[in-house]
This record gives sequence, structure tokens and C-alpha cells, in this order.
Amino acid sequence: MTETLAYKTVTTEEVSTWLEVAVEKDFPSNGGVCAEYKGLQVAVFNFTRRNEWYATQNLCPHKQQMILSRGMLGSEGEEPKVACPFHKQTFSLKNGENLNGDHCALATYPVKVENGYVYVGFKN
Amino acid sequence: MEKIIVIGNGMVGYKFCEKLRAKATKEQFSIQVFGEEPNVAYDRVHLSEYFSNQSVSDLEMAPRSWYVENDIELITGELIINIDRENKKITSHTGLEASYDKLILATGSSAFVPPIKGSEMQGVFVYRTIEDLEAIIEYGKTSKKAAVLGGGLLGLEAAKAMLDLNQETHVIEFASRLMPRQLDQGGSDSLKSKMEELGVNIHMNRNTASILGEDKMTGLEFTDGQLLAADMLVISCGIKPRDELATQCGLEVGTRGGIVVNDLLETTDKDIYAIGECALHKNFIYGLVAPGYEMADVVVDQLLDGKEKVFESYDMSTKLKLIGVDVASFGDALCEGTPHKPIVFEDNVEGVYKRINISEDGKSLLGGILVGDAEAYGMLLQVTLNGMALPPNPEDLILGSRGGEAAEMELPDTAQICSCENVTKGDICKAVVDQNLENIADVKSCTKAGTGCGACTPMVTDIFNDQLKSMGKSVKKVLCEHFEYSRQELFDLIKIKGIKSYDDLLDAHGSGDGCEVCKPAVASLMASIWNELILNQDTIQDTNDRFLANIQKGGSYSVVPRIPGGEITPDKLIVIGQVAKKYDLYTKITGGQRIDLFGASVNQLPDIWEELIDAGFESGHAYGKSLRTVKSCVGSSWCRYGLHDSVSFAIEVEERYRGLRSPHKLKSAVSGCRRECAEALSKDFGIIATDLGWNLYVCGNGGANPQHALLLAGDVDSETCLKYIDRFLMFYIKTAEPLNRTATWLNKMEGGIAYLKQVVVEDSLGIGTELEREMDFMVDTYKCEWKEVVNNPELRKKFTHFVNAEIPDPTMQFEAFRGQKKPVDWDVALVESK
Ligand code: SRM
Ligand SMILES: Cc1cc2nc3c(=O)[nH]c(=O)nc-3n(C[C@H](O)[C@H](O)[C@H](O)COP(=O)(O)OP(=O)(O)OC[C@H]3O[C@@H](n4cnc5c(N)ncnc54)[C@H](O)[C@@H]3O)c2cc1C
Ligand code: SF4
Ligand code: FES
Repeated sequence: MTETLAYKTVTTEEVSTWLEVAVEKDFPSNGGVCAEYKGLQVAVFNFTRRNEWYATQNLCPHKQQMILSRGMLGSEGEEPKVACPFHKQTFSLKNGENLNGDHCALATYPVKVENGYVYVGFKN
Repeated sequence: MEKIIVIGNGMVGYKFCEKLRAKATKEQFSIQVFGEEPNVAYDRVHLSEYFSNQSVSDLEMAPRSWYVENDIELITGELIINIDRENKKITSHTGLEASYDKLILATGSSAFVPPIKGSEMQGVFVYRTIEDLEAIIEYGKTSKKAAVLGGGLLGLEAAKAMLDLNQETHVIEFASRLMPRQLDQGGSDSLKSKMEELGVNIHMNRNTASILGEDKMTGLEFTDGQLLAADMLVISCGIKPRDELATQCGLEVGTRGGIVVNDLLETTDKDIYAIGECALHKNFIYGLVAPGYEMADVVVDQLLDGKEKVFESYDMSTKLKLIGVDVASFGDALCEGTPHKPIVFEDNVEGVYKRINISEDGKSLLGGILVGDAEAYGMLLQVTLNGMALPPNPEDLILGSRGGEAAEMELPDTAQICSCENVTKGDICKAVVDQNLENIADVKSCTKAGTGCGACTPMVTDIFNDQLKSMGKSVKKVLCEHFEYSRQELFDLIKIKGIKSYDDLLDAHGSGDGCEVCKPAVASLMASIWNELILNQDTIQDTNDRFLANIQKGGSYSVVPRIPGGEITPDKLIVIGQVAKKYDLYTKITGGQRIDLFGASVNQLPDIWEELIDAGFESGHAYGKSLRTVKSCVGSSWCRYGLHDSVSFAIEVEERYRGLRSPHKLKSAVSGCRRECAEALSKDFGIIATDLGWNLYVCGNGGANPQHALLLAGDVDSETCLKYIDRFLMFYIKTAEPLNRTATWLNKMEGGIAYLKQVVVEDSLGIGTELEREMDFMVDTYKCEWKEVVNNPELRKKFTHFVNAEIPDPTMQFEAFRGQKKPVDWDVALVESK
């Protein structure tokens, strides 16, 4: 699906800019927020229970909804996942794969936390 | 196009139309139906239910509209009095004429009234039609003591009905046994004692000589000279086939009545068929509905010249319903003159009597009788009908609770489970697989199994569960991979251990990190138990609950303020208008008698609600699995028919249960009289005014699988009504599976509405006051969620789209639409967002 091309997975190696998203305490526990960067929307998740941070595109590939930051976190087996609020499509937080359907994968982005601040990595 | 005329719009006449329309195109046959009764065909089998909720529509086989939709010309209140076979014409009592190519006689039968002196007197009734019951109910208001003539299947059912009409009830049986055709002495004896426990007086070996009285009856005189005083009498001495038309036009009729038919249901005129209770087949009248349906099936096959089906003898096994005592007889129950080995189990303390007749070679089951405990009926019937091999010691069949061994026996796919609708085990299993059905309600609606007399429902349930098992679907409903517990078990864990957060519960009793299934379910449980602000755990809430609004296409939200009972002042209407204008929201009157404002961005929600709350509104919980609306009709304050003030009561009910979180949403309505303008019968709990108080109906449903609510309690005062609702709702909240509406919950409940009545009304589990206490707690701790948010800056902060920008989602797009706005379509948005 072409329309999600705007969102491309970025690996830690590729990062050229670290966007300062917000302070840690602005994140709900086991939930996400949406960050804006050059017209892109990225969902950043604070998976407190697993002590992990993840970031994916905010756009759900199913019906093109800017919504995933409001999605519900969970796990399927070992795999951490997010469920879209609209029709409960679930996506791996690790590689963005659609776990319960065949929609195209989410782009994922590296996250780092440094002295209370949360950063998401982009490449220009 | 062939012209079919059906005389008689009863159960079988209706079923014939249904089957013909299902199997042939409207172009092949035109159908015209004449019915003598004013009402469209109704379910006579469940006629007695008319006593509890006097609604004809509940009993209708299909509404009038069905006939219209299916191009069937239905003329009711029209008695056909003449058939002219030469010219193939019929004439009605009003002179209506019509000609046919094929004529179907489905005239059924009327109650047989023995030639007893005085049977024309006031107070003497038969028990066959809705009109009969209306007359009985009316007369019952002034009568105290009722006698029923005849201790057969119908007589006993009538007796129970008299009991429910608060009559001192007496049954008079000529023979030395009750249900002489179905029961042996032992069975009759334990049934007699059971009936007497219920308060029915039974008189055996009584031959009635005359009915005493002037114009109103006052009692009975028996041939042995004894007297019995009674204000009314219901005669139930068997049936008389309606063959007067056949006689008039010279068709052959039996010496003891009934229209003679062959195995193809043809009368002595090849263009005239007779089906149902009016047909005499091999010198036998079938007084049951299932054989009638089978006959209809055969005739439809004839008309389509399928010519493969023929009607042979039909199994007459019966299970008595509605009398508060289990009674069943199946196969050859009495084996009079058939060599057999009977096995009898008797428990005089419990009043249980079971008899099975084993063939002499000990290999097969011929039939039997069950009184006091008929749970094994379905299985035993199958063993008999399918000549299945018996367990090593056949007595296991009737010993042990669930029919012991029998329950384990594997049925062949051809086993007919539902005889009313002729559904086999194979049909059910296939439906479960092909349409992967998830619950028994769907199984019923898809296969029609269990929708007739209902006797097979337990069997259907077992087969459904076994099928699920064999497909590897767990029947023990565990919540999801993270919790090995059913919702009900989790309810108890949370409550007993006082667990207040999802994470604690997962640590203590679950595994993994949870998911979109267990999080909202647990959130709902904790809300139902502790009633704390749900936003304290916002990330386990479904998105609608998390933002206290329903998410819409495009990511905007809708706002639904509560408008209790649908009553609203002009000033409040103006406020809604002003708010909608100010924030440019699409407004619509909902199906729930209130107003929905659509298209708010998440950032706007708190400001919008602040203005609404200042104007005296509160959350309508349209977003929650919780009480939605209590609809009302205008009621006695304005309506010329209104019996009570339905609006005031609806408001009281809505304000009592507002915000109550439950396994699924809850809806209610209050109607001011039987015209039912508030549609209470389609609600989870519906209330309808009666002369004496309120009728409380429960477990109705609109939506995907509509289902009428059933009467839980009749003529109760407002206080009792609320008490029962408290108990009902709490019981539902505690025991239902996640996302099961009350209707689905009831459909899965062993014992159904009867059991629910026991728990709620008779408090059979002794939990009544506990349930009321728990509900009081919910009512006392209610808070408007939106008020909490509006007044709490921390919570308000959660309502933003970006953490790092103060703007709403720029991709949210609307377009102008009929003077308002609407979100752009999914696919449009898709292209734009490139
Ligand atoms: C707004 C409204 C339609 C309207 O414009 O009239 C509506 C809108 C929705 N209904 Fe409804 N239903 C609305 C009245 C009804 C009614 C009529 C009634 O309540 O008298 C019914 C049939 C009665 C019933 O529920 O038994 C109804 C049966 C459903 C169902 C099917 C439920 C079922 O048991 O089959 C769903 C799906 C579900 O809940 O799983 C549903 C689900 C929905 C959802 C929540 C679908 C969704 O997830 O978005 C819609 C939310 C719209 C929104 O954001 O508000 N809605 N819905 C009505 C709001 C009533 C209110 O004031 O709260
Ligand atoms: C209280 C009660 C309980 C019952 N319980 C059970 C049970 O548990 N299980 C079971 O299997 N069966 C039961 N039955 C029997 C069952 O109801 C009948 O077998 C079934 O209704 C027969 O259907 P039918 O269409 O042949 O006759 P009906 O349902 O009687 O329909 C015949 C219709 O034709 C109309 N009609 C007759 N003559 C004319 C005419 N000349 N012109 C126009 N219309 C005419 C009649 O008015 C009637 O409406 C019960 C019956 C009663 C009364
Ligand atoms: S009927 Fe369907 S489309 Fe209409 S409001 Fe209800 S859920 Fe939405
Ligand atoms: S839009 Fe996300 S699942 Fe449909």
C-alpha cells in the first residue's frame, strides 16, 4: 500500500535527528502519546509493564486513521503489540507486523530516554 | 401460475405457507389464506403463556407484515362455509367467493365437549383459542373456584393456568389415571401427588352427570351422586377434528371424525389436501404440532411434484410444559400388549418416577415414562428413535442425575433433535462449523432448532458444546490467553481479594502483559465492583471509555448528554443548540430519545462538557458498556390511554442506574399502557403500566438478533419493580460473559426465564438482599465522570492529540453536508493522507 510510504522504519544506526518528544511523566503508564515531526505523526509508547519504549507511525493502515497512539498495549505470546481503537487490528511493536490481519506493517522508530526526557529518532 | 387456497390460518396452515414460499418462487404459486379467527396464526402450543403476558404479538407465528412481504393474501375473521368441487370455488360466511387450483384444508380441531347437561351455562369454557383465554381471564376476576374436566395433557396445563388465576382448582378425570394415554399407574400416582403439592385437587374415576346452576353454573354433579361446588369449568376432554367442510362437499370423513387422507395427504379429491389436526391418517388424528408440520412438508413436496416424501406414522412422544412438574413419555410408553422388560425407578420422597421399557432381547429401548425428573428425556428419546445400542446395564439410563451413561452416548448425525422444526444433529453441527456460531442463541436462530415447543433446547445446547469442544474451542469460557478464568470467576477474585488495579490482578492471577480483550473486561468488572473513576486506569479502558466519548470515523468524537426519559426543557434544548453551533458539531436525535453531537476533536471535549455541565447536563454514558437510555412514552399526564405516569418513572429508573457499568450496554423503557409506545419489550429491562401497577419484562434486545423481553413480574408497585430490577441487574453483572447482552445471557442460562424468576422474584438462592445492597452501593457512589474531568486540570491534560503541539489533528477532515458537516469517507481520507 503506497499511501503509508510517507512512514519508513528507521533503525538506531540510521538516526540523524533525535526529536525531544516530552518528559517521561507526560506519558501514561502502559499507554502512548502522539508526537508531531515535520507533518509526520508518530505514536510513542511507554510500556511500563515491560519497561520498554516503542514508537510507530500513528496512522493505522487499515482505514488510514491517525489513531494508534490512543491504542491499547498488550502482548501476544512474547510479542508486545498495540491494538487500534477502531477495529482492533493489532500490530507488533517490535517490527510493526499486523498480527491479526494482512495489512501492511507499521513503520517503527527508535526511542531513547535520557535524564527524564524521551526522544524519537528520525533520518532526514 | 397455480392458485393455492389454504383454509385455516393456524399453526400448520401458517407453516405450510412458510415452507411453500421457502421452496418455490412467488411466480410458481399464488397463495390465498382464509382464517376464521380474528388474529393471524399464533402459537397455540404456548397459548397458556397468554395468561402471564397478555400479548397476542408475542404468540404470533409471524406478523401480518410477513404475509404482505411474501405476497400471501391473508383474510382473517372469515369462515369458509362452502366448497364447490365441480367449479373449484369456495364461499365464506360473508359471501366472499374464490376459486382454486389446489385447496389445502388446515382447519385443525375444536375442543370436544361431551354431551353433559348444562354445558351451555355461563362459566363453562373450553381451552383452545385466545378468545377462550380472554373470556376465562375475565370470568376469573369474579370467580374463586374452578374445575377442569379432563386430566389429560391439556387438562393439567389448564389446571395450572387456573391456579395462576388464583382459583381453588379441581381436576376431574374419568379414568383411574392422569394422562391415561401417556402414563401408567405408577407414573400417574407420582404426578398426582406432585400436582397436589402444587395445590391442585385431583378427583379420579369421576363421571360427570350434569353441570348445576340456573344461568350461571354453580357446581358439578357426578354419576355417583357426589357434588362439587365450582364457579367455573374448563372442559378439556380431547379434540374434535374440524371436518364440517369436508362433509359438506362430500369428501370421505372417519366415523369418529377427521378428514380421511392417504400417505400423500390427499383427500378423496386429488385437488384437495388436508393437513394438521383435521386430517385422519391411517385412522389416527395427530393431536400434536410436529406431525402437522411434517404433513405440511409432504404437501409442499407434492405441489413441487417432488413426489419423494410420504407421510408415515409419527412419533408421539411428549414432554409436558408449564405445569411446574416434569412429565414426559416417549416411544411406546405403556407397551400394552408388546412383550418387554420394564425397569422402574421410584423415589416417593422426591416424587420421582421413571420407567423404561427394554425389548425382550434386552438390546433396544422401546419407550418409557418420566415424572418428577425429565432431564434425560431428550437423550432417552434419541436412544429409542435411533434404536441405539444400550449400555451394559440399561438401568444406568435412568439412574444417576443426567441420565448417567446416556449423556455420554454418541448420537448419529441423522438423529432428529428438534421434531417441531425437524432439525437433525447433523444440521446443528454443520451450522456451527460453516457459520462458526458462537452461542446457543445463534444456533437457535440459524437452525430454528428449539424454536418450537422448546423441549429439545437442553439437547441442542449439549450438541453445540460438544461440537465446540471437538473444534478445539474451549467451552469453559476463559477470558483470553492472559487469564485462565471466566468473567464470573474474576468477578469473585477481584471482589473477595479486594483487588483495585489491573496490574495487581495480572500479577496475582494472570500471565503476560494483557491485551485488548482482558483489559476492558477487567476495567468493566472493577467499575461494577468498586465504582471508582475509570480514568484512574485510563489505558485499560476501551477507547470510548478512555476519552468518555464515542470515537467516530476520522478520529473525532461524539458528545451525548443524558436526557433522562427523553424529557427536556426548551432552555436545555437551546443550550445544546448553542454548544453545537459554537463548536460546529453535527447534531442528530438518536434512537435513544436524546441528542448526539458529533465531530468534536479530542481537545474540545472538556470545554464542551464544561458548558453542558454548567447548564445542568451530565454524562449520558453513550460511550460506556453501561446504562444508556430509559426511553419513555408521554404517559398518563398527557395521553388519553395512559394508566400511570411513565415519564416520571422512566426518569426515576434512569437516574437510579445511570453510569452503572455492566458486561454490555443496558437499555430500558417505560410505557404508560399496553400500546407500548416506548418499545419496552425490546429492552434489557422494560416496564409497562397495567391497571394494577407495572409489568416488568427482562432480557429483550433490538439490534442484530431482536428478541422480545419476557415477563419477570406482573402488576408490581414501583418499589417492588425497582427491587427486582436491582436484583436482576446485579445478578446479570455478576454472572454474564463479557459483551453478552442480557438476552444472550438468558438464552445461555440453564432453566431460562423460569430459573431467573426463581432467583430474582422468589429469591431461591437467598442472595436477594445482598444483590440489593450491592446495587445501593453503586447508586450511592455514582459520580458524573465528565464533572470530575472538567474540574481536574490533571485529567483535562489527557485530552490532547499531540504531546508536543497544542493543535488538533490536522488530518481530521470534514465536508459540508445538508447544512451541517460530516467526516470525509474512509477512502477519501486515505488518498489525502498520502
Ligand atoms: C447514536 C445511535 C444511532 C442514532 O443516531 O440513533 C447509535 C450509535 C451507535 N450504536 Fe447503536 N446507536 C443508537 C441506538 C441504538 C438502538 C436503539 C435504542 O437504543 O433504542 C439500538 C437497538 C436496541 C438495542 O441495543 O438492543 C442499537 C443497537 C446497537 C448495536 C447492536 C446491539 C446488539 O445487541 O445487537 C450496536 C453494536 C454493539 O453494541 O455491539 C450498536 C453500536 C453503536 C455504536 C456504538 C457503534 C460504534 O461502536 O461506533 C454507534 C456509536 C455512535 C456514536 O458515536 O454515538 N448499537 N443502537 C443511537 C444512540 C442511542 C443513544 O442515545 O445512546
Ligand atoms: C392449550 C394447548 C396446548 C397445546 N400444547 C401442545 C404441546 O405442548 N405440544 C404439541 O405438539 N401440541 C400442543 N397442542 C396442540 C397444537 O396446538 C395443535 O396440534 C396445533 O395447533 C394444530 O395446528 P392446526 O393448524 O392443525 O390447527 P389449529 O392451530 O387449530 O388451526 C386451525 C385454524 O383453522 C381455523 N378454521 C377452522 N375451520 C375453518 C373454516 N371453515 N374457515 C376458516 N378457518 C377455519 C380455526 O379457526 C383455526 O384458527 C396444544 C393445544 C392447546 C390448545
Ligand atoms: S446502526 Fe450501525 S451504522 Fe447505524 S449507528 Fe448503529 S452501529 Fe452505527
Ligand atoms: S482503522 Fe485501525 S483497525 Fe480499522
